[in-house]
Amino acid sequence: MNLWNEGDPIADAAAPDGPIETRWERRKFAAKLVNPANRRKLTVIVIGTGLAGGSAAATLAEAGYRVRSYCYQDSPRRAHSIAAQGGINAAKNYRNDGDSIHRLFYDTVKGGDFRARESNVYRLAQVSVNIIDQCVAQGVPFAREYGGLLDNRSFGGTQVSRTFYARGQTGQQLLLGAYQAMERQIGLGNIEMFARHEMLELIIVDGRARGVVVRDLVTGEISTDFADAVVLASGGYGNVFFLSTNAKGCNVTASWRAHRKGALFANPCYTQIHPTCIPESGTHQSKLTLMSESLRNDGRVWVPLARGDSRKPGDIPEAERDYYLERIYPSFGNLVPRDIASRAAKNVCDEGRGVGPGGLGVYLDFADAIARLGRHAVEEKYGNLFEMYQRITGEDPYRVPMRIYPAVHYTMGGLWVDYDLQSTIPGLFVVGEANFSDHGANRLGASALMQGLADGYFVLPNTISNYLASGPFEKLSPDHADVVAARAGVEDRLAKLLAVDGDRTVDSFHRELGHIMWEYCGMERTEEGLTKAVGLIRGLRDEFWARVKVPGTGEQLNQNLEKAGRVADFFELAELMCIDALHRAESAGGHFRAESQTPDGEALRHDDEFSYVAAWSYGDVPTLHKEQLDFEYVHPSTRSYK
Amino acid sequence: MDIQVRVWRQQGPSDKGKMVGYDVKDISPDASFLEMLDVLNEKLILDGDDPIAFDHDCREGICGMCGMMINGVAHGPERATTTCQLHMRHFNDGDVIDVEPWRAAAFPVIKDLVVNRGAFDTIIQAGGYITAPTGAAPEAHSTPIPKADADAAFEAATCIGCGACVAACPNGSAMLFTAAKVAHLGLMPQGQPERHTRVLDMIEAQDEAGFGGCTNAGECTTVCPKGIPLTLIGRLNTDYRKAVGKR
Repeated sequence: MNLWNEGDPIADAAAPDGPIETRWERRKFAAKLVNPANRRKLTVIVIGTGLAGGSAAATLAEAGYRVRSYCYQDSPRRAHSIAAQGGINAAKNYRNDGDSIHRLFYDTVKGGDFRARESNVYRLAQVSVNIIDQCVAQGVPFAREYGGLLDNRSFGGTQVSRTFYARGQTGQQLLLGAYQAMERQIGLGNIEMFARHEMLELIIVDGRARGVVVRDLVTGEISTDFADAVVLASGGYGNVFFLSTNAKGCNVTASWRAHRKGALFANPCYTQIHPTCIPESGTHQSKLTLMSESLRNDGRVWVPLARGDSRKPGDIPEAERDYYLERIYPSFGNLVPRDIASRAAKNVCDEGRGVGPGGLGVYLDFADAIARLGRHAVEEKYGNLFEMYQRITGEDPYRVPMRIYPAVHYTMGGLWVDYDLQSTIPGLFVVGEANFSDHGANRLGASALMQGLADGYFVLPNTISNYLASGPFEKLSPDHADVVAARAGVEDRLAKLLAVDGDRTVDSFHRELGHIMWEYCGMERTEEGLTKAVGLIRGLRDEFWARVKVPGTGEQLNQNLEKAGRVADFFELAELMCIDALHRAESAGGHFRAESQTPDGEALRHDDEFSYVAAWSYGDVPTLHKEQLDFEYVHPSTRSYK
Repeated sequence: MDIQVRVWRQQGPSDKGKMVGYDVKDISPDASFLEMLDVLNEKLILDGDDPIAFDHDCREGICGMCGMMINGVAHGPERATTTCQLHMRHFNDGDVIDVEPWRAAAFPVIKDLVVNRGAFDTIIQAGGYITAPTGAAPEAHSTPIPKADADAAFEAATCIGCGACVAACPNGSAMLFTAAKVAHLGLMPQGQPERHTRVLDMIEAQDEAGFGGCTNAGECTTVCPKGIPLTLIGRLNTDYRKAVGKR
């Protein structure tokens, strides 16, 4: 049996053509508006309160729409955007180093290995400058120079300094800005907030997304909620690997439920493996912790020249060290993009030159930076990261080089959206990491925060009005047949999970699924491995539904029931990721197929065959719809950082 | 290492609750405290017992979701460390460790170690923001901010809203939490127009939410995982007095 079918191609009908510089202006002008008095008659549900969802909810409420916001955490302030460390890009050119909107656009398209849409990326670069203004006005305490102006640093994949930051806690500060704007609207009665609630189904009536089925995580109560449009801002799916830098609760359920209801899922195989994470310490490991990419500004990555060199790092003389990034990529050095740095680390470890337990680590060494800048300056820049490293590993990185290893960090794939950020289901919009739109096959550092806030503050609020202008739609009752069916589906599924009452825990299945994904759909993928993985995933999924043990009942706080539902969806997503990776017989960005590499081991794209977005529709056998990518402004070239 | 934990078990808000002891064997010193509880929960599930409910999410010390009293100390024995960042290497083989939820009138227990901290959000709603609707912002460089002020505002803004300060306070006061936000916003030029209404409204919301008053006991700052200093409470009091005078 075929693992997939090929269906009709799709196209982004919302993007204007013509000069790229004015596309966004023209789209905004062409979009229908809703007059302020009518906005309060329109309701929007927003799922998730990270940078994208929080900023969207606040902005829509400020505009006068009625917003109903959901998050699974106990407060909207806790969404995982809060853990982003390094910074946020913007084409302000405050450093006078040749930056511009066009350069940020170019860097992002190139960094994404020519697998992103030009129109979207250009708009992202344009809007980036407004984000910084907005955040400063909210009181986000960005790092500043002694003259009182904003400081910048550089990040991977670029040769300019365009990254704004707040020590190593930029995500926290930006999220608190959005959260505070949201809380203000909650206080004013414009947003109704439902914390500790999880979306378990999308309600579609007459072909439009009209609401959600949610579970109150405290009481277990299942309820339905209706609106004129639904916005998913539910984040990425890196936790399919079990071990990732995502928060423990991050999951794909909201996106996956929408996918099952007809929303296409694009490029699921594009996964970002971040090069600088703290290595695993044992079988108890529950998650991995990122060390910000900004550390590569001053830290030098190296391994011993000789295999199996077990001397302490300080005892290895300069001449016997291999600063392999500086050696292989002299023009970008330690600041090559993430996909390249991760695979280079894997290669030196595969050669037997890795350090630390199991040889799964490389050094990130600050000795030179401390000698050059002084300990105080290093502390000023990275203090909290060094403390975090020491707390986790028990080692002092001011004295001993950090040990780092790649880990799953971000997913570029997500629900397919058009230029308006609308999915293939009318009225269902997707923002932030949950959509696929801007990063192609690899995201540059400090661009996730930029995209989340671009979508939420500036893009969605302008495009959703074009849809809402046709509303308000027919008032729905909980007795509507489509609503009853959606709700019954959720109740059945929860009952089924509780009824298995087997002999294996949810976590044991999740861990095993993660091993399969890391082994066969991780940093290096092959046709043989991916085919094998599909079989293994199916076998494990069957075992899950026969042997999982979920204690307790559905009518209470039941954290294992929550996890079980999420893992059940991860199984289905995992299979699609492997199929997507299998069909894309080229290497691009974070997707490295061993069969497609240059003689010196770099990723080899096949633009003639694969210059498209792979958008999948749900089915027992998924169907592939291709969206052709055209490059008018940035000519696809071999991405070289040498 | 082998340890025993004695954990507060409470089925729901109306249940009386009690401490229950569990042996946890063969724990790696490199495991985090929450990973130790994960291991225990896996065993409880397979034994047919109810696993221990506790809040957690990022497990890197920044989301503020985790928190428990460990041997009577909020977030446990390590200074400036959240529960998720506390590692078992700080305990000894054979230790008996007591684990309880935050204890505060404003944070009712939901189940076991899970409490409701919604009252913190209510305080922020009352005034913990700068009114700056999207789109209205001036160019970011139009108002330079002295580095010292920006740095001080950042230090105050690092509060993660975990609630340890409230749990440690003999009065169950949220003063350090409120003071941190008042300082963060009040130290920046953008925060000046609402400076006086902010402090009055936030204090009023704090009192209404059932938090106790501040008597400068200082327990809050001792357990704060982000080291928010007690001096910020003094700063809040100064702001408050000025604001009352102008009301």
